[in-house]
Amino acid sequence: MKRHLISAADLTRDDAVLILDTAEEMARVADRPIKKLPTLRGRTVVNLFFEDSTRTRISFEAAAKRLSADVINFSAKGSSVSKGESLKDTALTLEAMGADAVVIRHGASGAPYRLATSGWIDGAVVNAGDGTHEHPTQALLDAFTMRRRLVGADAGTGRDLDGRRITIVGDVLHSRVARSNVHLLHTLGAEVTLVAPPTLVPIGVEQWPCEVSYDRDSVLPKSDAVMMLRVQRERMNAAFFPTEREYSRRYGLDGDRMARMPEHAIVMHPGPMNRGMEITAQVADSDRCTAVEQVANGVSTRMAVLYLLLGGNESAISPTPARTEESK
Amino acid sequence: MSETTKILLRGAKVLGGEPQDVLIDGETVAEVGSGLSAEGATVVEAEGKILLPGLVDLHTHLREPGREDSETVLTGTKAAAVGGFTAVHAMANTFPVADTAGVVEQVWRLGKESGYCDVQPVGAVTVGLEGKQLAELGAMHDSAAGVKVFSDDGKCVDDAVIMRRALEYVKAFDGVVAQHAQEPRLTEGAQMNEGIVSSELGLGGWPAVAEESIIARDVLLAAHVGSRVHICHLSTAGSVEIVRWAKSKGWNVTAEVTPHHLLLTDELVRTYNPVYKVNPPLRTEADVMALREALADGTIDCVATDHAPHPHEDKDCEWAAAAMGMVGLETALSVVQQTMVDTGLLDWAGVADRMSFRPAAIGRLEGHGRPVSAGEPANLTLVDPAYRGAVDPSGFASRSRNTPYEGRELPGRVTHTWLRGRATVVDGNLA
Repeated sequence: MKRHLISAADLTRDDAVLILDTAEEMARVADRPIKKLPTLRGRTVVNLFFEDSTRTRISFEAAAKRLSADVINFSAKGSSVSKGESLKDTALTLEAMGADAVVIRHGASGAPYRLATSGWIDGAVVNAGDGTHEHPTQALLDAFTMRRRLVGADAGTGRDLDGRRITIVGDVLHSRVARSNVHLLHTLGAEVTLVAPPTLVPIGVEQWPCEVSYDRDSVLPKSDAVMMLRVQRERMNAAFFPTEREYSRRYGLDGDRMARMPEHAIVMHPGPMNRGMEITAQVADSDRCTAVEQVANGVSTRMAVLYLLLGGNESAISPTPARTEESK
Repeated sequence: MSETTKILLRGAKVLGGEPQDVLIDGETVAEVGSGLSAEGATVVEAEGKILLPGLVDLHTHLREPGREDSETVLTGTKAAAVGGFTAVHAMANTFPVADTAGVVEQVWRLGKESGYCDVQPVGAVTVGLEGKQLAELGAMHDSAAGVKVFSDDGKCVDDAVIMRRALEYVKAFDGVVAQHAQEPRLTEGAQMNEGIVSSELGLGGWPAVAEESIIARDVLLAAHVGSRVHICHLSTAGSVEIVRWAKSKGWNVTAEVTPHHLLLTDELVRTYNPVYKVNPPLRTEADVMALREALADGTIDCVATDHAPHPHEDKDCEWAAAAMGMVGLETALSVVQQTMVDTGLLDWAGVADRMSFRPAAIGRLEGHGRPVSAGEPANLTLVDPAYRGAVDPSGFASRSRNTPYEGRELPGRVTHTWLRGRATVVDGNLA
């Protein structure tokens, strides 16, 4: 593992599998009456959120708290601009407070990279979503969910997603989730296909390690997992698609289309869902939809990331970190 | 600054040719030849060095009035002198905007007072650079500043009718409109070149077509109304093709390229370091190669720095919040040597053409861009092409440090600059 988690592209296959395996151990903690490990006692994790994201913030907060870290929530939304405080000054403030790790969500692509590389702070930086760049922990929790469902919780240990066919549908252009998933899933051996109207596929996508299709219906029957991305309704005002209804008809997922997917295939959504837009209620509420499971897995995965970044060097980590802590 | 006197340059390669002696007497070049007498003259040993006409920049942001925290006319002209320039065109996007005779005269007067480099103010095309109403172009021309070049640089004159009228109107006094070619709707929220790198970094794309479509429109407009048009900081291979086509038609189109677009690519943006954030953005390797070729074959007429100083805090932040622009006066000639001379694309006579003769001609600037021969104004630059050194911004004469070349080794160094016989730079230092 590197010192920071900025981009899913920075993870090797072994890094990624280690995180997923560690997350499985962490998940077992969640099944116990006392869901807490003493691992990060005395360490300080700052959640630095320049954008509103209650879901991601509380997921990181729960993860850090279950590892016994002290958690400081710094909701900086608007303050950087409206109060004139720069990212640098915010970082220096956190550094002075002794942050061991900074979990940052920022509207500007590259802000976590700047935070990690500009010498402003010494602590580990975890990217919790930056602009339209990346959201690596989301990709990790997605991969964790896929491995559990498609390979198995126990059977999956030590394994990747070799040969699994993953389809990501929606606003790829503006999606940090899509970018991180393409990198990570490729690293884990999966075959990724992006499906979107051409207006929502970035120029330059031909260099990404994935396929691109404009035709949802030809791809669905060949998918082991289908990830529906949230599509902002306002995008139609910038002419990315004509109307909400047309988008829904051509790129949404409803019960009929779900029925054409292989029986074992799952439907994923990073949330929050636009029911009736990219996904119908029937699909969202079906057993095949893992949206709620993804939230639970998010905590385990983020525990694993914080543990591995703050818990010292890689070699010190036994294959069963949770049990190691348990025995203390 | 040293007093004007007799100066003998011994053994200088004039425009890169055979070594010759050059005698400066007062404000003019008195004699060029071999074995000239040094009597009464200060001797500058110039063996192995290249003597060029003083460089002329068509595109400089001096920031005064309004942003004296980033640059002033004085610090900017010092930087220009260090870079070998004897004349710069000061862009109009100041605060207040240089859209009246009063502001251009102020900048012009500050330039006179600085004494390091002639400052030719550029006038705004439209009031407040808003693109709505023509500024008083005639008044700026008739002022003491004698404005000949008009530009809303930083903003594109995107309204086709306003652009047409401006092109027509300045014909009355042989002016030229210098267009910042950027279709505004195609570049809303743009942060970097749109392509492979932007797709990965998740930064808003600045597509090549946003530049090329405006250039295509403007060369057609210029042809239609029989005016000349100048294209600022051309940055794409497609733009080169359009300008080449327009020139093949015999239309009066000129274009400039910045040093940074001759050297740097959008791959550097992967560092998210805003020192690489600039408008137009750094493009691809293929664009860089096309620009070099076009500068070599004359499709692109000249090199212009687009020297754009910014205070440290405007670059010491996340990419999206950072200002666009790079300083360039003090490194321009070195970058041109590396990309054009050392690659064999252009000889020193070519450099003199692209960095002095042609920009002076486009700006209709008198007394600059003249041959190095007897009777001509002694605006001269002496270059040591063998020098190699890493760029150290802490030594810049400019007030700002936002160079993309920090720590990068670049060839060549200006050792002396003379402005009408008066040394502004001696042995690489301000006189």
